[in-house]
Amino acid sequence: MPFIANTDQQRQQMLREIGLRPEDLFADIPPELRCGRLNIPEGISEQEVRRQLTELAGKNSTELVCFLGGGFYDHFIPAAIDALAGRSEFYTAYTPYQPEISQGTLQAIYEYQTMICRLTQMEAANASLYDGGTALYEAMTMALRITGRNKIILDDSVNPIYRVIIESYSRNLRIEFVPTRNDDGLANRCEILENLDAQTAAVIVQNPNFFGCVDDYRDLSVAVHEKGALLIVSCYPLALGILKTPGAMGADIVTGEGQSLGLPLSFGGPYLGFMATRRQYIRKMPGRIAGQTTDAEGRRGFVLTLQAREQHIRRDKATSNICTNESLCALRALIYLSLLGPTGLQEVAQRCADKASYAYQRLTALPRVTSRFHRKWFFNEFVLDLPGPAADVIARLVEKGFAAGFPLSRYYEDMDRSILIAVTEKRTKQEIGMLAEALEAQL
Amino acid sequence: MKLLFEKSVPGRRGVRPCRSDVPTSIHINERLLRPKPPQLPELSELDVVRHFTELSRRNFGVDTNFYPLGSCTMKYNPKVSEIIGGYPGFADLHPLLPQLRMGGILTQGALQVLYETDLLLREITGMAAFTMQPLAGAHGELTGVMIISAYHRDRGSRRTTLLIPDSAHGTNPASASIAGYQVQAVPSDATGVMDVQALRRMLNDQVAGLMLTCPNTLGLFNPHIKEICRLVHEADGLVYYDGANLNAITGMVRPGDIGFDIVHINLHKTFATPHGGGGPGAGPVGVVERLADYLPVSLVVKRDDGTFALEYDRPKSIGYVAPFYGNFGVILRAYVYIRMLGREGLERVAANAVLNANYVKEKLKGHYDLPFAQACKHECVFSARRQMEQHLHAIDIAKALIDAGFHPPTVYFPTIVKESLMIEPTETESRETLDGFIEAMIEIARRAQTDPDSLRSAPRTTPVGRLDETAAARQINVAFPEVG
Amino acid sequence: MIPSDLWYTKEHEWVRFDGQSATMGITHHAQEQLGEITFVELPAPARRIKAMDPIGSVESSKAASEVYSPVAGEITEVNGRLESEPELINQSCYQDGWLCKIQAQGGPETFGLMNAGQYEQYLQEQ
Repeated sequence: MPFIANTDQQRQQMLREIGLRPEDLFADIPPELRCGRLNIPEGISEQEVRRQLTELAGKNSTELVCFLGGGFYDHFIPAAIDALAGRSEFYTAYTPYQPEISQGTLQAIYEYQTMICRLTQMEAANASLYDGGTALYEAMTMALRITGRNKIILDDSVNPIYRVIIESYSRNLRIEFVPTRNDDGLANRCEILENLDAQTAAVIVQNPNFFGCVDDYRDLSVAVHEKGALLIVSCYPLALGILKTPGAMGADIVTGEGQSLGLPLSFGGPYLGFMATRRQYIRKMPGRIAGQTTDAEGRRGFVLTLQAREQHIRRDKATSNICTNESLCALRALIYLSLLGPTGLQEVAQRCADKASYAYQRLTALPRVTSRFHRKWFFNEFVLDLPGPAADVIARLVEKGFAAGFPLSRYYEDMDRSILIAVTEKRTKQEIGMLAEALEAQL
Repeated sequence: MKLLFEKSVPGRRGVRPCRSDVPTSIHINERLLRPKPPQLPELSELDVVRHFTELSRRNFGVDTNFYPLGSCTMKYNPKVSEIIGGYPGFADLHPLLPQLRMGGILTQGALQVLYETDLLLREITGMAAFTMQPLAGAHGELTGVMIISAYHRDRGSRRTTLLIPDSAHGTNPASASIAGYQVQAVPSDATGVMDVQALRRMLNDQVAGLMLTCPNTLGLFNPHIKEICRLVHEADGLVYYDGANLNAITGMVRPGDIGFDIVHINLHKTFATPHGGGGPGAGPVGVVERLADYLPVSLVVKRDDGTFALEYDRPKSIGYVAPFYGNFGVILRAYVYIRMLGREGLERVAANAVLNANYVKEKLKGHYDLPFAQACKHECVFSARRQMEQHLHAIDIAKALIDAGFHPPTVYFPTIVKESLMIEPTETESRETLDGFIEAMIEIARRAQTDPDSLRSAPRTTPVGRLDETAAARQINVAFPEVG
Repeated sequence: MIPSDLWYTKEHEWVRFDGQSATMGITHHAQEQLGEITFVELPAPARRIKAMDPIGSVESSKAASEVYSPVAGEITEVNGRLESEPELINQSCYQDGWLCKIQAQGGPETFGLMNAGQYEQYLQEQ
């Protein structure tokens, strides 16, 4: 039997030694509750499973030239990440409850927290959350706890995939949502300031935002703090190789999706939600946190700390129900940042921006293709308006071998003709040229 | 051992990014840029490889040591699953692709994996429909509680309370509370399972449902479970099965047949996907027919022509709980495991997991206090009460086990047993391994009598000794300070 | 370890009455159960509270406990030393480790508090 160690003979021997019959083991389960034979196929061998799964993998196309983004990007992943994160001392361990035999995981978490702090210029980070969307939801509830208020201002330039998650989670909570409508591609200052008041717990914005536009929220943080509210910024960590940081803008809580830091796209997960905040709010933060301490001989070591916030101690009064983090994904991000270093990360971010700007030039030079937002700076993603429905054009380009971008009509009513195009360092000048030609042929 | 940041040498480079092959036409305005790059360590690739290899050697994992951590089901994680998880056809697949017209046809293999895993889990649990979206067990709980709430709201009632046994994992009350419910703890009876009489008294028209782990965290199956489901249903409540301990009944009993309405499964426990040092996991949620309409969007469906598609048109749905279709990489590994075990393998999971747990229980009960003596299911719970006479605690036994080369059991949980030691061996462990563990535990019990100080000073074989957790919480240091 | 001049709650808080001014903290038993205290969350001064309102919490590295107000009234002062020296609760729970002072609207009988003898008996029953 695969993965079951003991032989029939051993099982009989074990039962004899403890003086039990097989049926004694399940005597507490009423016989009528036993299920009959499961309607599941016979087990298959490793050789068969690999053949079948190779076939299934072959039904997925990864040949398309990828200009899809929307918060999830096709970045290059250095080989050392798989080699190191694939060490089973990391991946077959669990939450480091026993610190003496988990220093590998714990030191890595501490180093990861440090990396996130330096990337965002914040003071404290947690060990990670599920993904960028649930992290943003956790940031919101953290702001509600800190301020004791119940109003949230949420700009629609924040990733709509995250906004719908926040919406479903909040249905039973007494939260007053004020959605604001982006102002030509940027967070809407007028509407946000108009609604900002003494009941506001937080203003939530994103940088670069869902449309790829880059902003500086310094002005917003000043206004938000004047009202005693918090500024939550969701961000794209790889872009922080060059972009002004949320910390420098005065953000109180920073979250984001860490997939761009060495995680495969993997059809939607597992991903990595990161979260950082200011020192004074650390006890209000959800999730695991690793902290430094010493043993009796003064040797440095790391432990899970501030556990009194968490569900296994606080139960219904915990800061969150979260039990695990996404440790292995955080480890990948840590290794990625270690391999690239400050210069490498800056270079990757710059390549993304350069290639996106080149693609933007090439594509906006096409007849009847226009930039959606006027004179806005963008990082590696931008919105174009096409002459007809974007979804149709994208579908035709899929047939030509391009995942050309994402049709914004799916989330924005009046953006039927708009396409969101992402360009990473992996795209070549030639591929961008081919996309321009293919798109021109469809117009 | 030094931190990455202490190993940094200015100017040293690791992996080099690609060269630019495009002319740069647009430069982002300087006021939007950071003045200096982030202060990351500067290391060679070899520096990084040595660092993380050294870190990995400071961990116990299932591959290095027996890991009987109660309630965590630390079974063996097959290597083939890791290979398949890395197939480019899965790993490089963009999640937005099936949302493009003509894109769905290019993701049929991945959609089929999701669809078939759904069917397999239905059969294993006896539920009518599943969502694969929840990203962890606790996330599954939250999703389940949101479904409970949607169900009552749809029937025009606003119930305020969820009942949860006092032995439950902390995630249960936390999930219920986050979803807006008040929590009432149902006490356990003298035999260690939920007190049915107490439940009867607590049920009323404000109770939205009951969340239950079965077998419970003491490893005990509640023989009145069918009656419990009936009572809750009579009060118009729903019964939630916390699948944390599903391994104990896999292939033998199906929560759906007992009368549960909602189930979550920890794929990383029962279906052997790696725990990853604390995630990623996956927590699919199954429901009975009358609750299927409330499942999150999207769902993978099979069309008449045999192709797979994402269905979004679900007006009663609780909405989105994850960005896409769940932790696909984890679901894929669980799918591989279930296919390899097959029917005949699944049917033996519980029998073997339970035998291993009872074997450990019987062999150790002469040496440690056993608060509940009846046959346990997948895990057994001892108390260090007897060792307390020597002023020793559960933690001392745990630390001594480390020196013997074993990962300790879960200690101090469940809290309803004083000084608890919760042991879950799983079915993938051999008798020889269990015997080694039992021998070590007996030796520790003996030393508790003869040389208790040697336990108090354990562990001595690890890179660091017992760490000062009070100091960590008082002088908070959660990030290495920047220089300059 | 149960001073006779104080009053007690079932949640293991103690109160010292000085006219209408009530000083409160957690008992020796409570701090012993928690272990080494690492953090104390104190209420905001001037806050008006009802009896048994949650007014803060006390944490150790492995446990946490809510603190409830034994009396109704208004918080007049909190023990700011606990912010940097939470260990005062372990060292001197009835003196230096006090949590806050409340201008109380009533006396021990109003709020059904236990005297030392009753509290001792309550502890034994637990």
